[in-house]
Amino acid sequence: MKNIKPTHSFQKDISNCGLTGFISKSGKLVEGSVIIKSISLMHDRGNGLGGGFAAYGIYPAYKEFFAFHLMYENGPALQLTEEYLEQNFHIEQEEDIPTRRTPAIANPPVFKRYFVKPLETVEYKEAVEFKNMTDEDVVVHHVMRINNEIEGAFVVSSGKNMGAFKGVGYPEEIAEFFRLDEYKGYIWTAHNRFPTNTPGWWGGAHPFTLLDWSIVHNGEISSYGINKRYLEMYGYLCTMLTDTEVVAYMLDLLIRKHGLTPELASLALAAPFWDMIDTLPEEERKLLTAIRQVYGCALLNGPFAILFASNEGLIGLNDRVKLRPLVCAEKDDFVYMASEEAAIREICSAPDRVWTPRGGEPVITKLNKGVV
Amino acid sequence: MKIDAQGLYYRDLNIKIRDAVAGGAEKIELTNVNGQYYIGDGINRPVTITVNGVPGNDLGAFLNGATIVVKDNGQDNIGNTMNAGKVIVHGHAGDVLGYGMRGGRVHILKDVGYRVGIHMKSYNENKPVLIAGGKAGDFFGEYMAGGVLILLGMFSDDPDKAKHGFRFGTGMHGGVIYVRGQVDEAKLSREVGVFELTQEDQAELQEYLKDFCHDFKLDFKKVIGDTFVKILPKSKRPYGNMYCPMPR
Repeated sequence: MKNIKPTHSFQKDISNCGLTGFISKSGKLVEGSVIIKSISLMHDRGNGLGGGFAAYGIYPAYKEFFAFHLMYENGPALQLTEEYLEQNFHIEQEEDIPTRRTPAIANPPVFKRYFVKPLETVEYKEAVEFKNMTDEDVVVHHVMRINNEIEGAFVVSSGKNMGAFKGVGYPEEIAEFFRLDEYKGYIWTAHNRFPTNTPGWWGGAHPFTLLDWSIVHNGEISSYGINKRYLEMYGYLCTMLTDTEVVAYMLDLLIRKHGLTPELASLALAAPFWDMIDTLPEEERKLLTAIRQVYGCALLNGPFAILFASNEGLIGLNDRVKLRPLVCAEKDDFVYMASEEAAIREICSAPDRVWTPRGGEPVITKLNKGVV
Repeated sequence: MKIDAQGLYYRDLNIKIRDAVAGGAEKIELTNVNGQYYIGDGINRPVTITVNGVPGNDLGAFLNGATIVVKDNGQDNIGNTMNAGKVIVHGHAGDVLGYGMRGGRVHILKDVGYRVGIHMKSYNENKPVLIAGGKAGDFFGEYMAGGVLILLGMFSDDPDKAKHGFRFGTGMHGGVIYVRGQVDEAKLSREVGVFELTQEDQAELQEYLKDFCHDFKLDFKKVIGDTFVKILPKSKRPYGNMYCPMPR
């Protein structure tokens, strides 16, 4: 397999997207119809060129296996990818991702899912014994190879007990197509896309994922170039033609690989301005100075509101000067985050508390211990 | 006249409101509102529209004489380029309130978001007034060119939050901001300074706050019962020398 995909030059994605998500901290399973209702309320924040969902807790029967959601644009891509997967993975189960024909979705690609574990190949043993790689590292490596080297094949998600469902259409149409009303999860996020400068294609819809990280994003990451080059040094290859992709890989690098807490990782992505850092007490000032120095290339510039989810929980984050909306609410053990309060009130009419986080202040909600 | 907005698309709801206004309705009550954009935009008759539920963004944009009363929380961009009339919100509201507002009043009972009062302006008798009873986010009064902003910091759901955010008055070059109690001078922009109120200021402030207290049935004595400070721009042209010094 050789690299035949263009290493594109990035064009900015100025967008007015809508996003919403929620978590049940105790792991209560919620039907897909709830998140569909919430994102549908913000129909007009998108333009029909991208909708998507991430759901956690949907594959309990295979929760020990990496759930690969694959998108194929052509037959050879499917064949090549399946050969590649068979060479490198034990495939516990493979199946078509159930879809429903709907008039709004004219020419969908083919979607399949595979529940897998890395095979103990020579390459795997070498990686684990001599390169200090974990199973997760091996999976990331294979995801990058499939995305980058097999034309027309894209890994839509690759985490355990979770999945991403996305495509070209309004989110409610994508939900109908993927039959999301038939899934139940304890974390859901959704995105309604309004792309203006990058293509509205199936792989470019949100969420963007890696392992169990999933990102939905409203805004424009103008630091994409520097973020992308920084990630390439660590083996992450950006192939999805949209800025948001870097956030998924950056979180994997900062949190999983470098061991930063979600709080510290958020401070690297949305670092306070220097003049604010200067006013902080000595210890904090030292910490934040170190983060800005070490992770200057991880700083996200430009306006953004993002939700990132994983098997640990759900986090909301704004850019430092809050150039995109983000509202949060709490009700019992549920936490909601959305672009508009109305999108929350649509599915939780009387929250205990509604608030708007400050720019650069992460809202971190973790699943209770023992849920996963 | 009542309109049930349950599940109504924003365009259909706004057509119903406009038809009601054109038909001579004086009081319009909307029930089950949730997220519909542009409610009351550009209405130029003195009707009163009561909103039950959370209205969507750009409530009362280009409003020209009507009164909108929101019984719940509001979202972003309320009173965008508003000309005359009044918006009353009995909860909190979001970012960019009163953007380019040039007349009328906006009264928010609780907290407000970022960039409130951005580029408000005034001319002769057209003098917009925006009052937030709670706390405010960063960039309060950003690029403000005229009109009056008042921040009370009294009615907030978040006792731990600071009364106002950073970059207060960034680019402000006209108008006035009154704050109940003190301001955190470390959070003020370079373009503004803190002053004491004159007697004329006091009289003007009292008139605005009486109106605010009347709308929310608040005790005026309690609201006025603390000192206020006045924030003014130091220059009418804060960026005049940004690229090249201006000839004197």
